[in-house]
Amino acid sequence: MTKQTSFFQSISRLYPHMKPILPRLFLGLLCALLASVVALAIPQVLRVLVNESLQPGGATESVLMASLTILVLGIAEAGLVALRRQFVINPATTVETRMRTSLYHHLQDLPVAFHDRWGSGQLLSRAMTDLNFLRRWMAFGAIMLVVTTLTVVIGVVVMFTMSWQLALIFLGAALPIMIYGFRFRTSFSKVTRQSQDQAGDLATTVEESVHGIRVLKAFGRSREALENFNEQAEVLRQTEIAKAKHQATFTMVVTLLPELALGAGLVVGVMLAASGELGIGALVAFFATAAVVAAPVEFSGMLLAMALTAKTAVDRHFEVMDSVNTITTPESPRKPQEVKGALTFNTASFAFEDAPEHPILRGISLEVRPGETLALVGITGSGKSAMLQLVPRLYDVTDGSITIDGVDLRDFDVEELRRVVGMAFEDTTLFSSSVRDNVLLGAAERTEELLHESLDVAQAHFAYSLPDGVDTLIGEEGLSLSGGQRQRIALARAIAAKPKVLVLDDPLSALDVHTEELVEARLREVLAETTTLIVAHRPSTVALADRVALLEDGRITAVGTHTELLAANDHYRYVIANLVAEPRDLDSELSELDAEAEEMSR
Amino acid sequence: MTTTTFGTANEDNAFLSKSDSRTVRRRSLALLGSLIRPVRLRFWLTLATVILSQLARVAGPVLIAFGIDHALPALHDGDNVPLILTGVAYLAAAITTAALTALYVTSTAKLSQAMLLDLRLRVFRHTQRLSLEFHEKYTSGRIIARQTSDLEALRELLDSGVSSLASGMLFMVFTAVTVFALDWRSGLILLGAGVPMYFLSRWYQKHSQIVFRESRVVSARLIVHFVESMTGIRAVKAFRKERENAQRYTELSENYRKVTVRSINLNGIFQPGLVLIGNVCVAVVLLFGGFRVLGGDLEVGVLLALMLSAKRFFQPVDQMAMFYNSFQSAQAALEKVSGLLEEVPTVRPPRNPVPLKDARGTIEFKGVEFRYGDGPVIIPKLDLHVPAGQTVALVGQTGAGKSTFAKLIARFYDVSSGTLTLDGVDLRDLSTTDLRRNVVMVTQEAFLFSGSVADNIALGRPEASREEIEEAAKAVGAHEFILELPEGYDTDVNKRGGRVSSGQRQLISFARAFLAKPAVLILDEATSSLDVPSERLVQQGLAGLLEGVAGKESGRTALIIAHRLSTVETADRVLVVHDGRVVEDGSPEDLISGGGRFAQLHGAWKDSLV
Repeated sequence: MTKQTSFFQSISRLYPHMKPILPRLFLGLLCALLASVVALAIPQVLRVLVNESLQPGGATESVLMASLTILVLGIAEAGLVALRRQFVINPATTVETRMRTSLYHHLQDLPVAFHDRWGSGQLLSRAMTDLNFLRRWMAFGAIMLVVTTLTVVIGVVVMFTMSWQLALIFLGAALPIMIYGFRFRTSFSKVTRQSQDQAGDLATTVEESVHGIRVLKAFGRSREALENFNEQAEVLRQTEIAKAKHQATFTMVVTLLPELALGAGLVVGVMLAASGELGIGALVAFFATAAVVAAPVEFSGMLLAMALTAKTAVDRHFEVMDSVNTITTPESPRKPQEVKGALTFNTASFAFEDAPEHPILRGISLEVRPGETLALVGITGSGKSAMLQLVPRLYDVTDGSITIDGVDLRDFDVEELRRVVGMAFEDTTLFSSSVRDNVLLGAAERTEELLHESLDVAQAHFAYSLPDGVDTLIGEEGLSLSGGQRQRIALARAIAAKPKVLVLDDPLSALDVHTEELVEARLREVLAETTTLIVAHRPSTVALADRVALLEDGRITAVGTHTELLAANDHYRYVIANLVAEPRDLDSELSELDAEAEEMSR
Repeated sequence: MTTTTFGTANEDNAFLSKSDSRTVRRRSLALLGSLIRPVRLRFWLTLATVILSQLARVAGPVLIAFGIDHALPALHDGDNVPLILTGVAYLAAAITTAALTALYVTSTAKLSQAMLLDLRLRVFRHTQRLSLEFHEKYTSGRIIARQTSDLEALRELLDSGVSSLASGMLFMVFTAVTVFALDWRSGLILLGAGVPMYFLSRWYQKHSQIVFRESRVVSARLIVHFVESMTGIRAVKAFRKERENAQRYTELSENYRKVTVRSINLNGIFQPGLVLIGNVCVAVVLLFGGFRVLGGDLEVGVLLALMLSAKRFFQPVDQMAMFYNSFQSAQAALEKVSGLLEEVPTVRPPRNPVPLKDARGTIEFKGVEFRYGDGPVIIPKLDLHVPAGQTVALVGQTGAGKSTFAKLIARFYDVSSGTLTLDGVDLRDLSTTDLRRNVVMVTQEAFLFSGSVADNIALGRPEASREEIEEAAKAVGAHEFILELPEGYDTDVNKRGGRVSSGQRQLISFARAFLAKPAVLILDEATSSLDVPSERLVQQGLAGLLEGVAGKESGRTALIIAHRLSTVETADRVLVVHDGRVVEDGSPEDLISGGGRFAQLHGAWKDSLV
């Protein structure tokens, strides 16, 4: 699904993020290099010190001096190790955090259509696992990769100065390693990518299994969910093992080839020494150096795997970052002189991006006058909700246009548009914060009066009797409310925003008719000044509206008042009217009876 | 046993008292142990591979020394056999080392993946098992955090730690033996370095434990916020919450960064500290050894060898510090995971279930009382008999307890006292399989899982054929709109059913219930989002379903909670619920002629129709 990019091409995309921290990364690299030089030097210095200054009967000072030298070197080594971390950690974590927040910003920016396609688990794995890994690679993997490479290069040069024949044999092993390294890169990248994607899907499955827990429990399908999860986790496990096998083979190659070269070098070296072409001292020194070089070569398998994983993490990150937000504010946004709220659909059509041959809305033309309330009626799937979502530009029309007071929605500043257009869905999302914060979320001024008024209009008085009143924490992390309660809070939220244009998607479906009536009575006052588009399933909701538009299969087939349509339109009668008269709600009447009974008993 | 840290209680607290801290650590280690137990054979095998590969590695330098010391003189004498032998031996050692190294890389991965899979499934199974009561309090983001970032911490430990620890330890033991063999006094000095190292480790453990705990808490918060904003993106956009969210997220990420930096800085003291102690120890060995050389007690060559060995002795300390670091991190993560696993479902499957293959659908409440936990009584003393095949409408105000009735019958909650039986068997004695086959509840919340429409309907009965699925869809009037979807029944519903409207979603969830064909069907305001024609269709389908199939006389038992009277009128029996009590009970006709609440209500309703 994604094209393979080269390692450097991918990593170079990090440059803008890394640029400010490059000096510190470089200092960190320097410390790492110095630390390894010191670590290598200590044994050599020891040898010299012990051999030259320590003799039986020698001066006490020489012992003290030698010890002191070693102590200083030792402290230097530890100090450099600590310093490397100091240099690198803060900038690396800063880059990680910056990438994380920019990813989040971009995700919030991307249109709803993008989120329809992407499971939140996939996104989460990018925000957490991938970036964590990237940080570790920047702070450790990348630096060690450079240090290792340098060590090997320097070591090989030193080896050449000792014996070019032997060094050539050793270098000969490098060639197949490099060739194999290329193959490894391709295959390992593929499987790494696979494992990261599968881990993301697994997270999505977890998310769904938790959000859908009621359904799973109601149907007793926990076992099937577990089996499905098991299958997915098992696939991931196998991918991980396949990944390890690739890495194991590569590690084997990088371990084996230098060793083979050394073995050959041993035989050749001994023969060279025997023929007198090479001194024994040089032979010993050569192998001592070779031993130092072989260790980082072996280590390179792990480092290369790390680098490749980092590369896929970068790819995955930019895959999201490169997704273009199609719903943006134009360069020079326009705004009506005065927002009155005249909402006009001009032959607006809409189809989902990946299903252009199945348009949801076809050539909708409709005019909603300022302050008017228009009900949308149609059978399930006729496109009512889609039509509403076009107004705050959650999706864009694919053809035609929608205007508010003559200005195309696409010419508005997006944020401004969403300030003008308020919304309440049937599917209510409340956030994890207090009732107060949820209700006043979109409000221009977060005043106490507004809160009380909005709650009152939405008949959400229950909020006051919650444990902490309007400061009670609700949403996922707080108290769980019933469907009807959630709907009323969401409605209050839409009202508190005091929008000029309000779109309501069957906002009263979970309310009993008594409450619905109360809400409607109050709502009518509020809506007098607000242009409203409301999806209605019941005549009681239609009663709120001045006019009704009938949607049939993505087209508007009739517009008129409820009475007109009822008299003239068969389809309208079919959709809105029961064969029997309008069904009424029992609960509310019961409560009315209760109220009456209470009054009587007084 | 302290109760303050039991399960997920106090999960967000990083600063635990000493005894609490010990309790959660023990719990975490116990979990780790239980993960290793099933794979202990592989665990030891992996260790053995590591050790063997280390030994094979040592052979190389020995052979080089042999080659220079023996094969070279032999070659001078014209004998090339030792050289050939050395070469062959070196070859063999190289191949063995490489093969064993490859083996332990694979073996480590197999080991860690087996443990991770085990833990993933355990957590998944357990979260599925936990009651709704728990899920209503514990956010989904937290469970996701447990399943992702906490497991990642364990994975890091398993992938990096084990082999480096084993080889490091082995190396240190070998070197220590060499040092002792050369000079026991210097050996003692080396061991003496263990004392400051021990204290440094204690210090590190104490502080890193807190930091890693904090890190788990903070990262979980970050994940919770992330998941919440992504799943609620529509509302975020509609109410322009982006800026506020971004601010919060930036703040949380910054906290996460800070705690990460703190944890790394701790390690940044710990690891160089260990290196420092090692290096100081080497200097001390030199100091003491040097004086003894001066005094003639020690040969210079021996001192040199001692110094080099001592220096080498501390080499793996670096790796071991890294291991300890990931161990601390993983332990903090497992503390959280084990806490989740420790939670006990309040609704538990029976130990010895009573089989009930095909229930007829008789429901009996006997002296049932219900309250949430220690809360106020919601349902006081209820006796109720619902014969098989009856359709019962529950009527009452919001908050009267109708939904609670439904949840009890579906066993989302258990009764606080009394018994609730299905065909004479207490619900608590039914296996989950039998219960869910016989009792199905449809709520107004119609959740769709990723997968096709057909998959989603098949949730009602996974073994159902395509024909049966389509039949169920036809029965509720969902067939037509499904056929109009881009790929019909195979259309992917995507995330959160983004593609189908809420009414369509409700139809799909109805189709599920039809496919399940339970003996008892509970509908809790399941038609709220349907338009009138759809509702009519569903009602027709429902009537067909409830009548039952041929050969089954009594049909199905249904419990319907609905706002609309048309549904209630078709019921065999109406229960008027008030404050958790059934205040009226009878057929709609009887209740009307009886002159009670329902009669008044019905009269008023009739009047309103005129």
